[in-house]
Amino acid sequence: MDEKRAVKNKKIISRQARRSLVAYSFIAPNFIGFAIFTLIPIVFAFALAFMQWDGSNEITFVGLKNFIRLADDTFFFAAFKNTIIYVIGTVPLTMIASLALAIVLNQKIKARGFFRTVAFFPYVASLVAITAVWSMIFHPSKGPVNYILLNVFGVAQENLPKWFSGSLVLFTLILFSVWKYMGYYMVIYLAGLQGISAELYEACGLDGANTWQKFKYITWPQLRSTTFFVVVMLTINCFKVYDIAVMLAGGGDGKLSTSATVLVYYIYQNAFNYWDLGYSSAIAMVLFLMVLIITLIQFRYEKKLDA
Amino acid sequence: MSAQNKDKKAGSKSRNAVIGKTLVYIILLVITAAMIVPFLWMLSASIKSNREVFLMDPFVWIPKEPKWDNYVKIWTKIPLLKFVSNTVFLTIVVTFLQLLTSSFAAYSFAKLEFKHKNILFLAYIATIAMPWQVYMVPQFIMMRSMGLNDKLLAMICLQAFSAFGVFMMKQFYEGIPTELCEAARIDGMSEYKIYAKIMLPLSKPALSTLTIFTFVNTWNDYLGPLIYLKTESKKTIQLGLKMFIGQYSSEYGLIMAGSMVSLIPVIVVFLCLQKYFVEGVASTGLKG
Repeated sequence: MDEKRAVKNKKIISRQARRSLVAYSFIAPNFIGFAIFTLIPIVFAFALAFMQWDGSNEITFVGLKNFIRLADDTFFFAAFKNTIIYVIGTVPLTMIASLALAIVLNQKIKARGFFRTVAFFPYVASLVAITAVWSMIFHPSKGPVNYILLNVFGVAQENLPKWFSGSLVLFTLILFSVWKYMGYYMVIYLAGLQGISAELYEACGLDGANTWQKFKYITWPQLRSTTFFVVVMLTINCFKVYDIAVMLAGGGDGKLSTSATVLVYYIYQNAFNYWDLGYSSAIAMVLFLMVLIITLIQFRYEKKLDA
Repeated sequence: MSAQNKDKKAGSKSRNAVIGKTLVYIILLVITAAMIVPFLWMLSASIKSNREVFLMDPFVWIPKEPKWDNYVKIWTKIPLLKFVSNTVFLTIVVTFLQLLTSSFAAYSFAKLEFKHKNILFLAYIATIAMPWQVYMVPQFIMMRSMGLNDKLLAMICLQAFSAFGVFMMKQFYEGIPTELCEAARIDGMSEYKIYAKIMLPLSKPALSTLTIFTFVNTWNDYLGPLIYLKTESKKTIQLGLKMFIGQYSSEYGLIMAGSMVSLIPVIVVFLCLQKYFVEGVASTGLKG
């Protein structure tokens, strides 16, 4: 009898094993690629931050030396500061713009599909192509924007803004990013808005609430998890800024000055121009820590609101 | 009197509604103009001569003699055809692999039970918040040691197995009732058949959304190809366009014509799939 049970158990185990095997076979094609090309490099990146290596000669362990070097690197601090300013400017502006646009495009209006599609165009457009247009439209001496400022608003020739250099360049980067990405986050907000039941608004309407009150007491609280997602994604994406800066402010050779440099640019420079891989990884760790800390703070805040 | 009052109130209410609607349309038109004018400018400049591009007084959208040959010249000034065909190849392979492998893995995560499921999924989730730029350098070193430097295959390996795709498809599959799979299992269908015959046909919105994202990202990627692809014959359209801008920085008409060409495929794909798009975003839990 015990034998019988044992056989039965074995059968169950083998059935379970077979089911597991089937499950793994579904995951394997993606997971193998993911493990080799993502997980292993991530582990490698953490280790590299404590090494000195030029990519071909001997690799040596240097402890915290790379991080100590960061402390007196003025270019690093400029990159760090610019990235933070860019994030602080872009995240709230994009969020507000995309939410407003989503609310408007969720109403019953004519040609809604057309407006939604157009708002999404900047997101799908290639950065190289669209920054080329922006560089022309905002061209300091020949572009139409400064032409209008000069001839319509009467701004003096010498006061015309130089959009891509000096203190204004970060502002232009932020403006461009809001323009490019608001359509994407609008779609996410639209999806969120469609999840709010119409009954809530009807009940509120019977109580005589106006549009602002409806927004404040229904739309905003109901969209909280959407807003959370939007802000987290925006923050992560803004910290990665690189191409926008190089293409709008990089000039012909794509080199960024201290007024426009960002963290990823400095990671790239140290790795592929100076072949200082350990130092480059140390900067990457700073980038990672920033993203991690801010994401964790956002999660804590969301949890607190939940409680 | 009270009836009169009511009428007045109703009147002002409908007047408010009209004002509100008008305001909404005005805001919309301004935003839409801001969104679309750069594209119209691009189109307009692409058929202008260098002198006409910045001519403001008088400004015309369509020049008297449109220079259509800008669109011919770009193919001979740089090996644009090669860049386009490289990019088409990459984009199609990456999108196909991404859709296949991530929907495959996502089915398992959403509908099957197995050991270490949570830990494996956590590995995916954790990397979504990890910017690629953090590990792009070690990844490059690794790929180089595997002999993949300066090969299109490197770009495929890099982009075809994203955590994002698995996460997105899993969210969508969780919204499909498990009873559907159970019933099919009782009928003796294998898991592979359930995936192919039941799940895949139901996941059009999610697959369309993932297609748009993957296609757009691969087509427009700049930093990835910049790091990996060095030989001119291997370059993608974004690198080619950037090179073109560097070399012919004052040939504005040509730059704009090249830019137009690079936009057409993504806009076509987006327009074809967009009807599923909002639904796709809503049902894949991308809204959080």
